[in-house]
This record gives sequence, structure tokens and C-alpha cells, in this order.
Amino acid sequence: MGDKGKYIGIIMGLTFASLIMTQQPAIFVGLMSRSYSFISDLGLPDIWVMDNKVQFVDDIKPLQDTELYRVRGISGVEWAMPLFKGLLKARLTDGTFQTCNVIGLDDATLIGGPPTMIEGKLDDLRRSDSVIVDIDGATEKLGKPSLIPGGKPIPLKIGDSLELNDRRAIVVGIAKSTRTFQSQPMVYTTYSRAKNYAPVERKLLSFILVKSKQGQDLHELTQRIKQNTGLAAYTQAEFKELTYQYFMHNTGIPINFGISIMLGFIVGAAIAGQTFYNFTLENIRQFGVLKAMGTSNLTLLKMILLQAVLVGSIGYSLGVGLTALFGFATRHTILAFKFPWQLLVFSGAGVSIICIFAALISMIKVLRLEPAIVFKG
Amino acid sequence: MTLAVRCQNLTKTYDTNSQIVTALDGISLDIPMGELMMLVGPSGCGKTTLISVIAGILDQNSGECELFGENLQHLSGKDKLKFRAKNIGFVFQAFNLLPALNAAENVAIPLIINGMNRHLAERKAIELLTQVGLGERWTSLPSQLSGGQQQRVAIARALIHNPRLIVCDEPTSALDHETGLNVMHLLKSVALQKDRSLVIVTHDARIFEFADQVAEMDDGHIINVKKAPLRT
Repeated sequence: MGDKGKYIGIIMGLTFASLIMTQQPAIFVGLMSRSYSFISDLGLPDIWVMDNKVQFVDDIKPLQDTELYRVRGISGVEWAMPLFKGLLKARLTDGTFQTCNVIGLDDATLIGGPPTMIEGKLDDLRRSDSVIVDIDGATEKLGKPSLIPGGKPIPLKIGDSLELNDRRAIVVGIAKSTRTFQSQPMVYTTYSRAKNYAPVERKLLSFILVKSKQGQDLHELTQRIKQNTGLAAYTQAEFKELTYQYFMHNTGIPINFGISIMLGFIVGAAIAGQTFYNFTLENIRQFGVLKAMGTSNLTLLKMILLQAVLVGSIGYSLGVGLTALFGFATRHTILAFKFPWQLLVFSGAGVSIICIFAALISMIKVLRLEPAIVFKG
Repeated sequence: MTLAVRCQNLTKTYDTNSQIVTALDGISLDIPMGELMMLVGPSGCGKTTLISVIAGILDQNSGECELFGENLQHLSGKDKLKFRAKNIGFVFQAFNLLPALNAAENVAIPLIINGMNRHLAERKAIELLTQVGLGERWTSLPSQLSGGQQQRVAIARALIHNPRLIVCDEPTSALDHETGLNVMHLLKSVALQKDRSLVIVTHDARIFEFADQVAEMDDGHIINVKKAPLRT
């Protein structure tokens, strides 16, 4: 009551907890969604066919080209297209090397291309030695060295060339694609050209992209493909889930973020709980006065709860606001950030638990309070 | 003579660090309606414990204490709260005003506890503050008021719901002599009425003259009750 400094202290504690409980998960969700961003960007196919041992989208276990024809022969398949996906080294103009994610699209249809073209056209891939580079890669990792020492790289533009596995590649377009988990530059080209760029191997077909016929049940079709080919077949959602689960179970990312979130929760709870309790202790005489004057315990508890709800709401709003601000400020950077509504519910629940805890320890003190305290000096 | 308070053979002990301290040791005391009773005595003699029992905020170990014929120990917790809210007003040594509320809001608290609408309660509070000479200061926070003004707000708070007993704990000890006398004049003129009694715990001998009766306490006993000379 009446102590602005302490009031601000409680709000700061809750703001901090709320910020950590939204910002860290938002980065986590952003990072995890990048793990399957390549699948999301390829919206057209319904089903992805691959080797049985593939665990996630970057875990390439190539197939023989003949598998493509087997899949095309299965009933319910509208079309099936090859897709090459592989990590190749690009030699830049200054002689340095940069690993790129090279995507080879079906030569005839160019299915599997980038979601948005910024400069040039997808059809330009039909020109000899042509590649399309994603904008992030073109401006950062594949950019030409700055003329000023320590300056920003000069973005790659249409007409520039680079070397992929000692073969010339000419940039014919700049595309926008979602950053992947490893944030490597994306280089799109045709399937046959990608095979030329890639080191010689017996099998080079990474995935078969399948479109189902209209009205075809996707799960039935995936089962049919599995039975007929012995390969793995997933719907787009299933393949995303497979990739997501791989990163969840085989990397330390969830644990690291989990620890951060837990620490934010504990520190927030400690600050808010301690300050709120001290606040009650310092005002215990006022509670005693109200009790002596005939205020019921229930009314006093409501007062404490109202204060907890008030500071909780302010702290939560500030924390969420700061997180949103953080996301806005970093939207064009390499940092992964995704803020779905579920995170608001999650952090709201966290802040509520902290407030209930803080209010509860104060409530116990007030419930046990003897009103006769008011006459003690 | 109608009695406001009737205490018989009250005992109260405290258990502190495995030592039993007797604060009230068989106290009997009557406070007539319309009178101002002062409880005096050295520190630790049991004055505060006695007014706490009289005001129904502390339970005695044995003995009977009736307020306006009602034995508070026989009431349920809820009924005791209601009884206190309706019939007792408090004035404290350290004023104990809520620091975040302005004068009118502080004074309105007992009416709100008794279920009155907040706006109406505050209107009545402003009227009463005007009566105690603080009509212009009703928007002031306690920290913006002098000690004497704060005590006047506290007296208004004790009177606003028209209680039948007002319990005051050292109401003048935090005030200078002149302000203390002004506060006592106010209590005597505004608070004391035919159907209302005052119990004041004090060390301040300068205000004994305002009492109708002075009960002297020592070591948990009342050793002497005398009518104040000016009142006889």
C-alpha cells in the first residue's frame, strides 16, 4: 500500500519472468520451425517419398532414379517428380568456399522451386548453367567481398557467377525462401544440372514429390506407396513432424531452452513472491486495522488476490510487449523468432502460477494475523 | 445506570518462550454508557490486553466480558466481526491510516465494511471531516497531513459509522501538548454522547482531566478506579 518502489519491483519481477517465458520459447519455436521450413516452402506436393532410413529433411539417403517410375505407376498418384537436395561447396570470387544447400528441380516442370521470386523468373533455370539463389544467401554468405575492409559483402546479383564443384553456375534469379535450421544459402537449379554439380554417386535422387489425384485419401496413398515400393512415404504434415521430433529428441536444444525458461520462471517467482510477501509484512498493521474494524478474512484475501492479479496483468503485458518488440526488432536478422498465440497462453499460465504463489504466502500470513496486533507499539 | 462494558474476573495469559505471562489477572470493570473511562498504568500492566478483550479482538482465557449486554465469546466468528464493525470505533496511537487512501477514503472504510455504497460513504466522510475541521483537506493523503490532522482523520474514521463504543490507544502520545489537548476536546465534544462510551488507554497525565473515571492498573490488576475530580 502506497510504496511505489516495491510495487515497481514486483512488476519488474513479473515482467522479467513473462519476458523470459515468451522470448525464449519464441526463439525455440522459431528455431524448431526452421528445421522443417524447407518442407513448408514446397507447398505443392502432398506426399514425400524417400528412403526408409531417412530421419529428417536434411538426412539424405539417395534413391535410384528408377524408383521415380515405380512411384508414378501407383494408382492414385497424379504426378511424381524428382528432387535433389544436397550440400555442395561453392567457390566464391575471393577464393573462399561456402557450403550451400543445392536443390535440383524436375527439368520439365521445375516443381519444388522457391516460394517467391524477387528478381528473375523460375523459367530462367532452363538457361545453361543457371541457378537461382535465395536473398539471404545472396546478400550474406555468397556475397562478394566488400571493397572497404570490414564492410558488408556486396550482394550477389543476376549475371554474377560462382563455382559449384568446379563447374560454373550463373545466377539468373534471386528468390525468397524461409531460412533453414543451418541457415545455409539455398541454390536452386534443375535436377539434371544438380546431378552434374554433385560428386559422382550411383544414386542421387533425394526425394520423390507426389501429388495425389483429386479425392484420393492421402493416408491410403502413402500406405500404397510403402507397400508397392518398400520406401518411406509421408504426407507433408507427417514429414514435418518426423523432422521436428528428430530435432527434439536428438539435439540439446529443447533442454537448453527449457532450462532458460525454468530459470526465468524461478527467478520471476522468487522476486515477485519475496517482494509481494515483504509488501504484505510491511503493511501487516494495516491488515490488522482492517481486521479489527470488522473486515472479514475473505475480503482481505480478495484484496490480496486483486493486487496479485493487477501486478500480474501489468507485468505480463509488459513482458509480452517487450517480447513482441524484440521479435519486431530482429525480424530481418538471422535470429529465429516465432510467436504463436499458444505462447501467450503458456506464459500467461506461468505468470498466473507465480502470482498465485506470491499471493498465497501473503494470504497465509494475513489469515493467521491476530487483529490485536494493532495495539502493539 | 446502563452499562456499555461489563467485565468480570477476566484472565488472560500469553505463552512466550515456554514462559507463561499473566497479562490480566481476575479483572472486573464496569464502564457506564455515556462516560469516558481512562485506563492508566505502567507499561506492561495489561492495559492494551484489556482494551483488546473489551473490543473483541482478543479472547480472554476465563471470565466474562459483555458489550451492551452481548457476550462476544458466545458469538460465531462472523457475528463477532459484524458486531465489531457496527458497534466499535478505533483510534490508534500511530493513527494507522491507510497510506494509499486519501482522508475521505480512510474515513469511509467503516461504512464500506458495513455494506454502504462507496460514493455515499465518501460523501458522508467528507461531511464528518468538515465537522472535525478538515473539510478542505479531504483529498489529502495521510503523508500530506500533520500528526494532529491525521489523528482528527482517525477520530472521524472511528465515529463515521456511529458506533456505541470507541476504543482509543494512546491517542495523544504522538502529538505535542496543544495538539493533544485539541484532540481530547474533539473526542469529548464530538465522540462522547449519552449512548456512546469511550475507553482511552493513556500514559499522558495531562489529559486525565477529560475522564469521567480513571482506572489504574498494575501487574494485570485494577488497583484503583476513581471518578475524575472535575467530573464529580
